[in-house]
Amino acid sequence: MIERREFLAASAAALLMPQLARAQTPGVTDTEIKIGNSFAYSGPASSFATHAKTAAAYFKMINDQGGIAGRKLNFISYDDAASPPRAIEQVRKLVEQDEVAVLFNTFGTAANSATVRYVNEKKIPQLFVYSGADKFSDPKTYPWTLGWQPSYRTEGQIYAKYIRAEKPNAKIGILFQNDDFGKDYVAGFRDVLGASADSMLKTAAHELTDASIDSQLLQLQSAGIDYLISATGPKHAALAIRKNAEAATRPLHIVTNVSTSVASVLTPAGLDRSVGLISSSYLKDPTDVVWADDAGMKEWRAFMAKHYPEGDLKDINNLIGYCFAFTLVKVLQACGRDFSRENILKQATNMNNVTVPGLLPGITLNTSSSNYRPIRQLQLTRFDGKSWVRFGQIIKGADL
Amino acid sequence: MQSQMIKTSSSRPLVAAVCMLAILLPLFVSDFRSFQVTQILVYAIAVLGLNLLTGYNGQISLGHGAFFALGAYVAAILMDKAGVPYWATIPVVAAVCFVVGFIFGLPALRLAGHYLALATFSLALATPQLLKHPALEKWTGGVQGIFLSKPQPPFGLAMSQDRWLYWFVLLHVVVLFVCAANLLRGPVGRAIRAIRDQPLAAETAGIDNSRFKTTVFGISAMYTGIAGALSAIVLQFVSPDSFTMFLSIYFLVGVVVGGVGSIWGAFLGAAFILIVPNLSSEVSKSATGMLYAMVLLLLIWRMPNGLWSGVLWMWRAATRRPA
Repeated sequence: MIERREFLAASAAALLMPQLARAQTPGVTDTEIKIGNSFAYSGPASSFATHAKTAAAYFKMINDQGGIAGRKLNFISYDDAASPPRAIEQVRKLVEQDEVAVLFNTFGTAANSATVRYVNEKKIPQLFVYSGADKFSDPKTYPWTLGWQPSYRTEGQIYAKYIRAEKPNAKIGILFQNDDFGKDYVAGFRDVLGASADSMLKTAAHELTDASIDSQLLQLQSAGIDYLISATGPKHAALAIRKNAEAATRPLHIVTNVSTSVASVLTPAGLDRSVGLISSSYLKDPTDVVWADDAGMKEWRAFMAKHYPEGDLKDINNLIGYCFAFTLVKVLQACGRDFSRENILKQATNMNNVTVPGLLPGITLNTSSSNYRPIRQLQLTRFDGKSWVRFGQIIKGADL
Repeated sequence: MQSQMIKTSSSRPLVAAVCMLAILLPLFVSDFRSFQVTQILVYAIAVLGLNLLTGYNGQISLGHGAFFALGAYVAAILMDKAGVPYWATIPVVAAVCFVVGFIFGLPALRLAGHYLALATFSLALATPQLLKHPALEKWTGGVQGIFLSKPQPPFGLAMSQDRWLYWFVLLHVVVLFVCAANLLRGPVGRAIRAIRDQPLAAETAGIDNSRFKTTVFGISAMYTGIAGALSAIVLQFVSPDSFTMFLSIYFLVGVVVGGVGSIWGAFLGAAFILIVPNLSSEVSKSATGMLYAMVLLLLIWRMPNGLWSGVLWMWRAATRRPA
């Protein structure tokens, strides 16, 4: 008798299970999927906000086309002004009040640093953090958090690979900003150079507040470097370009793709001094006429014209926002009908050569349970006095 | 300013009701709401701290975010590096911030009005960069900041962490506000205000202006520092970017909106600086800052004495009996 009762109970439980499992996924019903976002709509970083607005417009377009598996995307986005305490409040609100299924495109290194631990404790997929910090691509520490763009560390690896191919025994000087951002580049070089890093690398740190980087540059130059890497923000990159151009033996100068703006970096440094600078890129530049007839870019422009007409077609943030939202929709479409958080994460970490309209030809999204860096490829660019010109093959970062 | 005293006999039931509500609140709302109200309470302490200095003593500070940061970091470092339990950090923070505030108050004696405002503003500007300084990185964690472990309710009480932290913070609020009210009611409070209104007359009346001003600076920094420590405990995270110069400005906004020179206005001021930005971002994502500014301007225009004076006005209107 008892056996039979147990059997009945067990089979009843088994029958109930799928129903329960479906009901237990917060933020997902038969008609909707809730997507949570916290972004800097106000404050000093609010010029990025158009990125999230593009994403919102993209989801609206998907909804107009019928949604995903019959479900509309409900994009809930709050303002955190890039402030860590407010980001904690907004992310908690999204998770506890709104009960979103997934967090998407949360903005900034500082704000995400404050919330990443909470999000991982709650086991919410935090897809495509908008930050280049490599710590948001660490499956061991934060199994629920993924980046999107090439991390600063990946970028460092790619420059190291380029230099190693050009001149295997080069002396490399790295001027780096003394924080997560700058240190990621040094880590990237060490990843690639391995044991020979100590003999090849010479590093010098500067503080964000330093008014001058002259002494650091002298220190590097006196070591007889062949390459100078400026792992710094726009202001110090401009100083480094100016100073390096004056050097007697001028090492080849590589600047990070954070500091490539012609208007705010190269012009102040002097365009003539900037000729020959090397950097990298993974996106199709919206202002570059090369992409006038490109299918992906046409698709993006058509989207902008129809769904976000007030957005600026020259602003690369609008292209990145489009690519972010495009990626999330791809992930959700791959989920089939199972929108549990586990499955969303599984699909996000199982991308194979996903092509995205705004990415340079040859650059695709790839993830796995051990690789949380969707984009690990870049193409190098060289400044010709007017604009950045791409050259060479697409280079892939190191496998870690 | 003294006209704001509510007639005790008529207001006693109301005050009792508000107190009961404050104590029981977490039982009726979600953990997240408790957390939000806890944050308002924390900011109320900070705003009160600044109000003691600016509203009552007439010394304008645009740098109180620095004391908030100091309190937060002292608490965080004590918990993270020395294993001090979270509740035991508060007295240490109070002492440290009082001393630092007192010392900062000494040179501040020579600066009046907008000069003092600028001197303190430089403090606010320097704070995030100071916290990132490599020499301090061993303790501060640099840009990364410090993660703290979750404070658990004591005696194994079965309640959520958010509820417990609400009551923990509320306890500090009660103690600190009652102390401030008592301090300001007596002769000391009169002296503090006299220095603001008529420094020369105060001096003539035998008040030691310098000693009072530096002490008030110390007490003010202590209040704001305790708020910072509580904030670190509630958020379980500190980082340099949490303490930008905007924080100092928000505190001043809180003082002005709540009511310059009113103790209880601190709650309204704190609620304003936490709630209005959220509301304005829900109304419009494009003009968040502008909406916030408009509400602020409207308040300053219609209620120049702050929200608390508005509340008192409504209270009087409601309790006025027809003749």
